[in-house]
Amino acid sequence: MSVILVFLLVIAGIAGWWLSQQRLMSKPWLEHGPDVAFAQEDVTGMPTAKIGLGVFLAVVGALFALFASAYFMRMELSDWQAPPVPRLLWLNTGILFLSSVALHCAVLASRNDEIRTTRLALITGGLTALAFLAGQLLAWRELAAAGYFVDSNPANGFFYLLTGMHGLHILGGLVALALTTYRTWTKPLDGRLKLGVELCAMYWHFLLFIWVAVLVLLAGWASDFIDICRQLLS
Amino acid sequence: MVDVTPGSRDAVPPAEVPDVELYHPHSWWTTYVFSQDAKVIAIQYAGTAMAIGFVALVLSWLMRLQLGFPGTFDFITPEAYYQFITMHGMIMVVYLLTALFLGGFGNYLIPLMVGARDMVFPYANMLSYWIYLLAVLVLVASFFAPGGPTGAGWTLYPPQAILSGTPGGQDWGILLMLFSLILFIIGFTMGGLNYVVTVLQARARGMTLMRLPLTVWGIFTATVMALLAFPALFVACVMMLFDRLLGTSFFMPALVEMGEQLSYGGGSPILFQHLFWFFGHPEVYIVALPAFGIVSDLISTHARKNIFGYRMMVWAIVAIGALSFIVWAHHMYVSGMHPYFGFFFATTTLIIAVPTAIKVYNWVLTLWRGDIHLSLPMLFALAFIVTFVNGGLTGLFLGNVVVDVPLSDTMFVVAHFHMVMGVAPIMVIFGAIYHWYPKITGRMLNDAMGHFHFWVTFIGAYAIFFPMHYVGLVGVPRRYPELGETAFIPDSVHDLNAFITVAALIVGFAQMVFLFNLFWSLRYGKEAGGNPWRATTLEWQTPQTPPAHGNWGKELPVVYRWAYDYSVPGAPQDFIAQNDPGPPNLPRHA
Repeated sequence: MSVILVFLLVIAGIAGWWLSQQRLMSKPWLEHGPDVAFAQEDVTGMPTAKIGLGVFLAVVGALFALFASAYFMRMELSDWQAPPVPRLLWLNTGILFLSSVALHCAVLASRNDEIRTTRLALITGGLTALAFLAGQLLAWRELAAAGYFVDSNPANGFFYLLTGMHGLHILGGLVALALTTYRTWTKPLDGRLKLGVELCAMYWHFLLFIWVAVLVLLAGWASDFIDICRQLLS
Repeated sequence: MVDVTPGSRDAVPPAEVPDVELYHPHSWWTTYVFSQDAKVIAIQYAGTAMAIGFVALVLSWLMRLQLGFPGTFDFITPEAYYQFITMHGMIMVVYLLTALFLGGFGNYLIPLMVGARDMVFPYANMLSYWIYLLAVLVLVASFFAPGGPTGAGWTLYPPQAILSGTPGGQDWGILLMLFSLILFIIGFTMGGLNYVVTVLQARARGMTLMRLPLTVWGIFTATVMALLAFPALFVACVMMLFDRLLGTSFFMPALVEMGEQLSYGGGSPILFQHLFWFFGHPEVYIVALPAFGIVSDLISTHARKNIFGYRMMVWAIVAIGALSFIVWAHHMYVSGMHPYFGFFFATTTLIIAVPTAIKVYNWVLTLWRGDIHLSLPMLFALAFIVTFVNGGLTGLFLGNVVVDVPLSDTMFVVAHFHMVMGVAPIMVIFGAIYHWYPKITGRMLNDAMGHFHFWVTFIGAYAIFFPMHYVGLVGVPRRYPELGETAFIPDSVHDLNAFITVAALIVGFAQMVFLFNLFWSLRYGKEAGGNPWRATTLEWQTPQTPPAHGNWGKELPVVYRWAYDYSVPGAPQDFIAQNDPGPPNLPRHA
């Protein structure tokens, strides 16, 4: 369970930092009147939707951290045999990276009010993400064709489980991305739409990060790294 | 520290929120059924939770009938008994307590208490309820599925949960349970995002974190915990579904069943236990923290006194929330863990008693020399304190490895967790309903029926669970449908079991009176007025009762003080509302 505990430590750090800004030492029973330190605008000054997405990403992060924890705990048992990582995954990683870059371009373009570039970048991002999903399916077929079925070894099970779970999150993101892209035609490029583009990009970058973490896990580098750390400590 | 001089008071511009920000329903359907108004969603959540809770209550009757009078009822087979305990436990913990505290009270109270018009993501909030309802329906469907619901125990431990020896293990039961939980978690996440972000972003002007009522602190912290803990249950459920449906061996060791070697091999049931309890222990506090928060407000309001040690209360809530993530393995002392591991978890478990004890002391000190009104909410709040201390003390027994090992899996454990996370939070729920019903409906609940309900429930709960501790200490194991001829179990245990069953039936009956009261008072209850308890918090200061769509009139409230200005010396009334600038030159009551 160490992965999730480290993850929670990070969350606790962020929460602790935020709480430390909230004057938890104040004595509210001595205060009367509106607090001068309390600004007129939104409480944090950040858009509400962005904070909402941030909290959601923390939940997604916890989910994958827990999967990673389970992966490491199951790995220690004797029947574990990791499947080879299909080389296609490297190509897929590149495609997902391109997708993230495209969405980043969309954010930049929307900031400059270049509506056509924004649309182009959004569509590119969506299509590359679809290509990534197709690539993942091909990788599954490749593995299955080589005899690595989901039930033949827990390591294979985790391979399908983690890639599948990540794919589902991409799929959900694609719905939001499609809606935002559609809105670039129907709505003016105002602050609201720009925020929507930015949130899509934020989600995409996060899922790219999760994917790299999953890949590192599946390729066995994570356990190698931990072994090296253990040797250094002992 | 900020003071308002009489002249500067007018200088505060009211925070006006443009009307377009709020979603407006256009038809009966979008007003009452597919509503995006947090207050309607709250009532939908609460109604559904209480309805499914009623099912769990009936299941507990059936279990008690079997334990009290074994062999009398033919339809309660051992398999049926296992199904009853499983569904009773899961419904009570997840579908009733979690949903009612967070979905019900959270939805109703958060926007009103922080001075917002609604939750920040109303659409997701609506979806949250409908997915929750779907989860409940899937759960109920398992009663009618071939093979019936799962009988794996509420902890759903593999390997037995998905084997054919367990009711529902190879039928629909376990599948529907897992799907239902997954749906619940997805739905909860949507609601949870709302509760957290609303507290972060939608507070009224002047509502600093340290001016929040403790109810909001409790629900807020519990929601943060739930958002981080429920994924563990999600992971456990998904992996178990893989084991059951796709034949993987995440949790399943090599097994021989009915003389047949199963295709599973090498998996670790302990892995499931870690995942389950990583959710399961925080879950205890997900239920307890809102109860802590609510009870603080009830006690302060009905004792007409400011809460003792507000800052300490807030810190304790946050500390309990953080600590509850590093105690999970105290549910697994008998799983063969490394002794040092058990030592670590026993230590963290006992440390969590410190902030909890601080809270109990502060409640008692709030009562000390207060102007205690023994109204129904106060009675339930007092019952909570007593019951919680009781269950908390047996928790100290069970938190120690050496004491836990012999007591593990006995009725002592059952008595302990029913006291601490069954009876205690439910006392708060009742108190809270008696307290906020006037705001929700505009009418008071009937007092006579309320008193009957309180005394029967309070005394009855002790009649049920006190003897159960003794039954457990004698060594009666939990989860046994029948004790039979067992040498170490004296006859008195059988008599006690019959007594407990009778008490349980009576307590259950009292809940029908409560249910009747809810409907009766809707029509015939005394008119409550806007603020019958003369409380300070914002939800009592709404222009209309029940609060209208959008909660506040044109202007959002401005908050001038903390939530506990009761009996302030020199004030014209014995309370000053949070949005009341207050009389000029009010002396400090430091």
